[in-house]
Amino acid sequence: MIINQRTIFLLFLLLFGFFLISPSRSFSSGSHSDAEMLQKTKTPEHEIPKYFVPPPPFSEGIFPCSDCHGEMEPNPERRELEEMHTNIHLKHAGPEQWCTDCHDLKNRDKLHLINGKLINFDELYYLCGQCHGTIFRDWKAGVHGKRTGEWNGKKIYRLCTHCHNPHQPHFKPLKPKHPPERPSDIK
Amino acid sequence: MSKKIRNNPLSLQLDRRKFLKGSALGLAASALPLQNADASFIDAFFQKHFRELNKKEIQEVLDRLEQEYSEQYSKHVSVKATKAMPGVQFGYGLDLSRCIGCRRCVYACVGENNQSRDPQIHWIQVLSFKKGEKWTDLEDSDKYYNPDKVPEPDHWYMPVQCQQCRNPACTRACPTQATWKEPDGIVVVDYNWCIGCRYCMAACPYGARHFNWGQPHIPNDELNPETHYLGNRPRYKGVVEKCTFCIQRTRDGRYPACVEICPVGARKFGNLLDPSSEIRYCIENKRVFRLKEELNTLPKFYYFYAT
Repeated sequence: MIINQRTIFLLFLLLFGFFLISPSRSFSSGSHSDAEMLQKTKTPEHEIPKYFVPPPPFSEGIFPCSDCHGEMEPNPERRELEEMHTNIHLKHAGPEQWCTDCHDLKNRDKLHLINGKLINFDELYYLCGQCHGTIFRDWKAGVHGKRTGEWNGKKIYRLCTHCHNPHQPHFKPLKPKHPPERPSDIK
Repeated sequence: MSKKIRNNPLSLQLDRRKFLKGSALGLAASALPLQNADASFIDAFFQKHFRELNKKEIQEVLDRLEQEYSEQYSKHVSVKATKAMPGVQFGYGLDLSRCIGCRRCVYACVGENNQSRDPQIHWIQVLSFKKGEKWTDLEDSDKYYNPDKVPEPDHWYMPVQCQQCRNPACTRACPTQATWKEPDGIVVVDYNWCIGCRYCMAACPYGARHFNWGQPHIPNDELNPETHYLGNRPRYKGVVEKCTFCIQRTRDGRYPACVEICPVGARKFGNLLDPSSEIRYCIENKRVFRLKEELNTLPKFYYFYAT
């Protein structure tokens, strides 16, 4: 009787133990970070698009910033700019904003995220996406912003700054093209 | 005996049967406007319905049209008849939260699709509405708005063009089957088969079909020479035309002209059967509506509000 019970138990282990162990193994062996796991489950449309209109739309002669700033002593003070960048009127996210919230104080040719990571100007969607998360999500799917090229092939995306002035991001009003002819005006 | 009575100097002998045959032929010939007839005119006159043409006949038609248009506009005009891609249903999305009513799309469409400049034809109408009304009535919209800058405060804009219905009223109204729905969902018109009765215009609830009341006029240098038989080839006086989702571009994989010009990126386009397309993302994630849904026309043109 005892042997019988033991063999039944062993048989049970053989049959179901495999199912019990196998999923736990895949969990324990995976030393991936959460981010990597998330990346794997993402569908292709949520990945960062690969086609851009290079380069970011800098004003002429403004980049690289280190050409001028390389020699200068960094001054983190909030102040009225008088000599340079007087054309920039910061109207973005209220009066608390300052240049160095986005531009890195030490490495002038880079931007920095909240976590301190430095990014290039052509990856600035990470920076904007920190606050504008839902817009970032739509942009990755191709729904926010303009796309050109092929609907089933190579697409050309715009960076945030191709359409929005980062310092005054609200879209500027445009002159409309002329209205259609009224039937009463047809000669 | 009768010959003698009717003094017949040429002594013609015309019996009753010959006379009737001759007059029947003569009448038939005068029914054809042959006074300005050349070979291409006769070919066009006897052209079969487009969907009954075989490959070789289509090529002959295209060659004839290319020659005609190239002469008319004194530059090379190409006419193609690209077939629909399998597994594709085109769908369109328009983000009403972004549209600023700048009418860039209207004129990009006019240029791309060779619409007549005079008399004026626009395939896209941009309607302007006042914000804050209890409900929106299309009758209260204004398409002739002309401020210095758009968007005007307290206004919103809705461009309307052919909705490419799955259940189009226009194609059923056509007495000659000159308009039909293609396999990729685009509703097209054969300008050589249209008789200009305008029944389709009466049937369309969106005002998306337009009639060439006069000889269409396009300056030679503004003519887009890349044309499609069912799309943007130059039209004739007395035929109906409409938006074809830029069939000459989209069947080659490109975006329509209105999508590419939109400065605010409000226009979205893609394959409804592709789960990873932009248009599917819009439908699945945004608040979408279709214009005049209650008419059961089942448009493939989706208006949405992204933010």
